[in-house]
Amino acid sequence: MSVRRLAEDSVQPAAFAFNEENAAWAEATIRKYPEGRQQSAVIPLLMRAQEQDGWVTRASIEHVANRLDMPYIRVLEVATFYTQFQLKPVGTRAHIQVCGTTPCMLRGAEDLMKVCQKKIHHDPFALNAEGTLSWEEVECQGACVNAPMVIIFKDAYEDLTPERLEEIIDAFEAGKGDQVKPGPQIDRHFAAPEGGALTLLEEVKPVRTNLEPQRDLAETAAATVPPADAGRPKDTAPETNPTLKTPVTDKEGAKKRAKAAEKQPLSGTAKSEPDPKAAGSAAEGAPPEPGAVSGDLKPKRTRRKTTTEGEPS
Amino acid sequence: MLKDQDRIFTNIYGLKDKSLKGAMSRGHWDGTKQIIEKGRDWIINEMKASGLRGRGGAGFPTGLKWSFMPKESDGRPHYLVVNADESEPGTCKDREIMRHDPHTLIEGCLIAGFAMTAHTAYIYVRGEYMREREALQAAIDECYDAGLLGKNNKNGWDFDIYVHHGAGAYICGEETALLESLEGKKGQPRLKPPFPANMGLYGCPTTVNNVESIAVAPTILRRGAGWFSSIGRPNNVGTKLFMISGHVNKPCTVEEAMSIPFRELIEKHAGGIRGGWDNLLAVIPGGASCPIIKGEDMDDAIMDFDGMRDKKSSFGTAAIIVMDKSTDVIKAIARLSAFFKHESCGQCTPCREGTGWMWRVMERMVKGNAQKREIDMLLQVSKQIEGHTICALGDAAAWPIQGLIRNFRPEIEARIDQYTYNAMAHGAVMEAAE
Repeated sequence: MSVRRLAEDSVQPAAFAFNEENAAWAEATIRKYPEGRQQSAVIPLLMRAQEQDGWVTRASIEHVANRLDMPYIRVLEVATFYTQFQLKPVGTRAHIQVCGTTPCMLRGAEDLMKVCQKKIHHDPFALNAEGTLSWEEVECQGACVNAPMVIIFKDAYEDLTPERLEEIIDAFEAGKGDQVKPGPQIDRHFAAPEGGALTLLEEVKPVRTNLEPQRDLAETAAATVPPADAGRPKDTAPETNPTLKTPVTDKEGAKKRAKAAEKQPLSGTAKSEPDPKAAGSAAEGAPPEPGAVSGDLKPKRTRRKTTTEGEPS
Repeated sequence: MLKDQDRIFTNIYGLKDKSLKGAMSRGHWDGTKQIIEKGRDWIINEMKASGLRGRGGAGFPTGLKWSFMPKESDGRPHYLVVNADESEPGTCKDREIMRHDPHTLIEGCLIAGFAMTAHTAYIYVRGEYMREREALQAAIDECYDAGLLGKNNKNGWDFDIYVHHGAGAYICGEETALLESLEGKKGQPRLKPPFPANMGLYGCPTTVNNVESIAVAPTILRRGAGWFSSIGRPNNVGTKLFMISGHVNKPCTVEEAMSIPFRELIEKHAGGIRGGWDNLLAVIPGGASCPIIKGEDMDDAIMDFDGMRDKKSSFGTAAIIVMDKSTDVIKAIARLSAFFKHESCGQCTPCREGTGWMWRVMERMVKGNAQKREIDMLLQVSKQIEGHTICALGDAAAWPIQGLIRNFRPEIEARIDQYTYNAMAHGAVMEAAE
């Protein structure tokens, strides 16, 4: 945590109001959040106020609080909690934010700060003699592969050397900051390695295999199990011998027998079934039911046995 | 090396057309409607099967996180919040996604939103990424114009994406602090439970995901979980953006396969260590909060979650900070202590007081102006901070120091000895004890 307080009363302006463009923008921003949740817009609005005035004044904090229907203290809390809000006036032409966290430090951020101390002021946040420039050390700015770097206004200037930073500071002091190209200051394209990207050089064709129709999957699944070469009967019906009197081959007879069976439940078709079948079904895990030889249970079992043939039992 | 064909981020360096048309020609926004038509169970199962672990540092399975959202709405709206508050020192991957490949993220938001019955997404971008925010907003506007987002869009799921931003607070990368900040308050983490999946943004069910986790989702769904999980080792699958900074010849961000050996990664993409492999002193493998690893231990290191855990560190966000032998390693860690002291939100006493205390002791250790017994005291205090705070910032502040003491204790002692030998040179005045 760092202690952050508002600037002295002597530098605080009396009033604040968004200019026309920013007021319309604020209106649109508040609408991004659900009804009654306009407080969510406090950070964007304060940031816009800072962009308009260069720093966050007491008047702008109160203006934003009134605009969002928030107590002053809640906005004050936000303004002092978030370190990007400048609570004191900074340099009129540039405020240079040097990243000093370890990845930048390893690549020479301390030398950059010495440059700032030499060219601007020994102390951070202090204005130089003309009041045009100021600097501060900030924590990681998220451009670590382009270290060391500084941020001035909205742009990052990366891969700096102390000499290059001096040139950049001079340019901003002369009011020609917009002529400095932001981004890496060496021969390098953004986060690509120096000397040119080593990847993403081939032309690639987009792949969408998962969205193609499912038959693709079925084909590949079938191909992994080659068909067996062994000969096998063409017909897998339970009873194919026409001489056998079964419900499949002899429908007429079956009807008659069924009628007979209704009259005498415990006789008839069941007797024609061979015993090994019953043993087989027991081996499958079905509980053996000695004595319970019902007419409609037996044929079902035979059929199930034949259809599940080939499966591991 | 990962083939270009298997890279999810096709324009990470911004060398190609980053407009919607360009993104579509590279296969983004392809079959989004078809994915949505397959239903949310299919999407969540596919994400689970892909084995994607969150890319924000903790490595929590993304598909599982999505499945925590209530299946049916109880009248409250659901929200998707994308964590683009990328502030971990060493980490700069989301920046490249937002400014050069934003359509991966936007399409991911739509699909993830559908999978968790959310009609609204907020993308919380850190305040310093102003140009990145503008690029992202421009891409979103383009999607609205093309009818891919908004009410009655072409994809068949009403969806709005809003870009919100912070103002420079590392702690807002913690999911509940992020939600507080998004509600317009100070970014101080909430106690859990209730978890965000039940009570998140505005008290409604919310899922917070890292930018990279969301941005890889559409490609995973298009190419299949099987493709993604075939890259890398089991439990550490997929591709990942690696950020290599510090003392390498050519620092860069690159998408590589998970479980790539450390040596191969540095040799192929970063041009090797400055001054050769013998000059390697230490590596922080996953961003500032991961314990430092000695250079010789990195010889056989595998860059993934399990590989780094075996080295008693953590994979984090794959932000690799390399230090060569010119580094003052105590100073490097002391600078991280200063960072955590600066970024502590001040809510829990162990962290608020402890980070400052540890930083002051570390500053003395940099000079050697300390007693050797204070090394153990520092270690003990760091253990008392770890695990005694609401969020993980206390742990994150303690781990680098613990890693330093574990690996470089002789260095610290040597520094103290050196300071003692030169006591006169520091202006110490001999006084008679009276």
